[in-house]
Amino acid sequence: MVRYTVRRLLQAVPLVLGASVVTWILIHAAPGDPIVALAGEDGDAGYYAMMRERFGLDRPLHEQLFVYLGRLAQGDLGFSYRQNRSAAGVILDQLPATLLLMVPALAIATAVGISVGTVAAARRNSALDNTARTATLLGHAVPVFWLSQVLLLVFALRFDWFPVQGRNDARAGYEGLRAVLDTAHHMVLPIAALVTVYVPPIMRVTRAAVIENLDELYIRAARARGQSRRRVLVRHALPNAMLPIVTVIGSQIGYMFAGSVLVETVFAWPGLGRLLLSAILARDFAIITAMLLMLSVTIILMNLVTDLLYSLLDPRVRHGT
Amino acid sequence: MALERPVAEHRDAAAVRSSTGRYRATDLRDSWRRFASSPVAVVGLVLTAVFVLVAAFASLIAPTDPFSFAGSPFEPPSGRHWLGTDDLGRDVFAGVVHGARTSLFVGVAVAGASLVIGTLVGGVSGFAGGKIDDLLMRLTELSQVLPRFFLALTVVALFGPGLTNMVLVLALTSWELTARVARSGVLAVKELGYVTAAEALGSSPWRNLRAHVLPNTIAPVVALASLQVGGAILIEASLSFLGLGDPNVISWGYLLNNAQSFVRRAWWMSVFPGLAIAVAVLGVNLLGDALNDFWNPRSRSSRAVG
Repeated sequence: MVRYTVRRLLQAVPLVLGASVVTWILIHAAPGDPIVALAGEDGDAGYYAMMRERFGLDRPLHEQLFVYLGRLAQGDLGFSYRQNRSAAGVILDQLPATLLLMVPALAIATAVGISVGTVAAARRNSALDNTARTATLLGHAVPVFWLSQVLLLVFALRFDWFPVQGRNDARAGYEGLRAVLDTAHHMVLPIAALVTVYVPPIMRVTRAAVIENLDELYIRAARARGQSRRRVLVRHALPNAMLPIVTVIGSQIGYMFAGSVLVETVFAWPGLGRLLLSAILARDFAIITAMLLMLSVTIILMNLVTDLLYSLLDPRVRHGT
Repeated sequence: MALERPVAEHRDAAAVRSSTGRYRATDLRDSWRRFASSPVAVVGLVLTAVFVLVAAFASLIAPTDPFSFAGSPFEPPSGRHWLGTDDLGRDVFAGVVHGARTSLFVGVAVAGASLVIGTLVGGVSGFAGGKIDDLLMRLTELSQVLPRFFLALTVVALFGPGLTNMVLVLALTSWELTARVARSGVLAVKELGYVTAAEALGSSPWRNLRAHVLPNTIAPVVALASLQVGGAILIEASLSFLGLGDPNVISWGYLLNNAQSFVRRAWWMSVFPGLAIAVAVLGVNLLGDALNDFWNPRSRSSRAVG
């Protein structure tokens, strides 16, 4: 197991390197001179040259790339001149607010996706199965930011059941438990929107994987031994279907972050979405590229974790390849 | 019975069509009958047809210029303005109809590019083998771990908004699955007798790939590429919604971006463009699903999202 883990970690290194190089090339291929952007348009040539030297921009490009990679290795993802702080620091400050929406939404979506997907697989072509499949198709097609706008229109503006935007009611000045409840109240609509887009891939894969397992011989054997349909489904078919389900959850992390950013924008939730939007408006490229790289690395790590989970769940994987 | 042929046989039939890559008329009729027997396929085809027709005849359906002032601001839906007007008195119906063009263009361009890049990379990779294969497959892995939405966002933010930039970056991040399927198709066909025969007759590797291998592997790759259309439309709409769309081109995301500021005042500005996106994406997704059930029966759950 240790050897397998080490080998998979080593395989992830070139991917991280590749993602960093792609990010660096993007920044450097972009039009516009960072020095002019920083020092203004009317500086004299000597001042520009001094600034270039100070930031190492006078050196050959491949040297600059190595300097960048060296800093990355030390965890330096760039500097936001707008906020006068490290880009990573700014992002990490906003991350908890985003996770406050994403984590509950993912938990609910996983529970709903797996349970409905399993039942749909057990009762293929029933009314429930058809409803679930139609809902999955709709969930794949509806843009999440629009769904958020509609939820806001109906449940916040028309019926006034939930607050319209933000994370808490600043005017009320709640404290203690009241403040927590107030935030929870603000979380309902954004989480509902996120759950709607997180569920379809999970449910789709669960249904397909359970159906595939239900056709296997060991299911018939278990039924022949007199086990109930329910027990066979929950104890045999579902655990054996877990691998693809884990994979789909792991591989959708980029898609989930994208959804979260869009939902936050509609509900004016103070998280990564709002940070990203203000970074775009302020042309704060350090933040945007740092976010891109952090996300690529997260995806690579999630793939790694998924692979390791695979080998834990299914010992055959370790001995193959 | 053509309708009940086992799945495995469908694949073989698909893989070993005549080596010229042309399909005989009976084959086509048979395929069409099987395709049309699925309600998913028919609904997908109808919705996609409506989407394409609206985009093609936008100027006939809504003669009003979507950027021109057609009435007073914030008119609710009425006989004169079916879907109301926006904050500047522009006709929302005209915006929705003309926006179909942008979405269709982005969706088709990205899927087409994903098909071309994927076929090239996968084809060369599978055909050449060895070191080239290794290198191209590592590259494919890299394209898979880059988050499409954020990469597209970064590029558009750095290089300036514009449909070309958006299509380019989406195309460069969406060829992973098509390349893998093209590669495995090539590997399977390479072993068949007629390729070896052509080789023995002195056919060059490039000609061999183009004339014999690709025509017999292309159908499942096309089906897979069609799944990229819906995702590309959604990402374009999302980026335009964030204000990163081309400001000179009307699009559904642009309409929704504008609607966000007036959600309290004009619900019709949000509701209709979003419905248009949902219907269009549903249509192309259903059609793509049907094509994949047909050509890639084993990879149903491989829908590309995000």
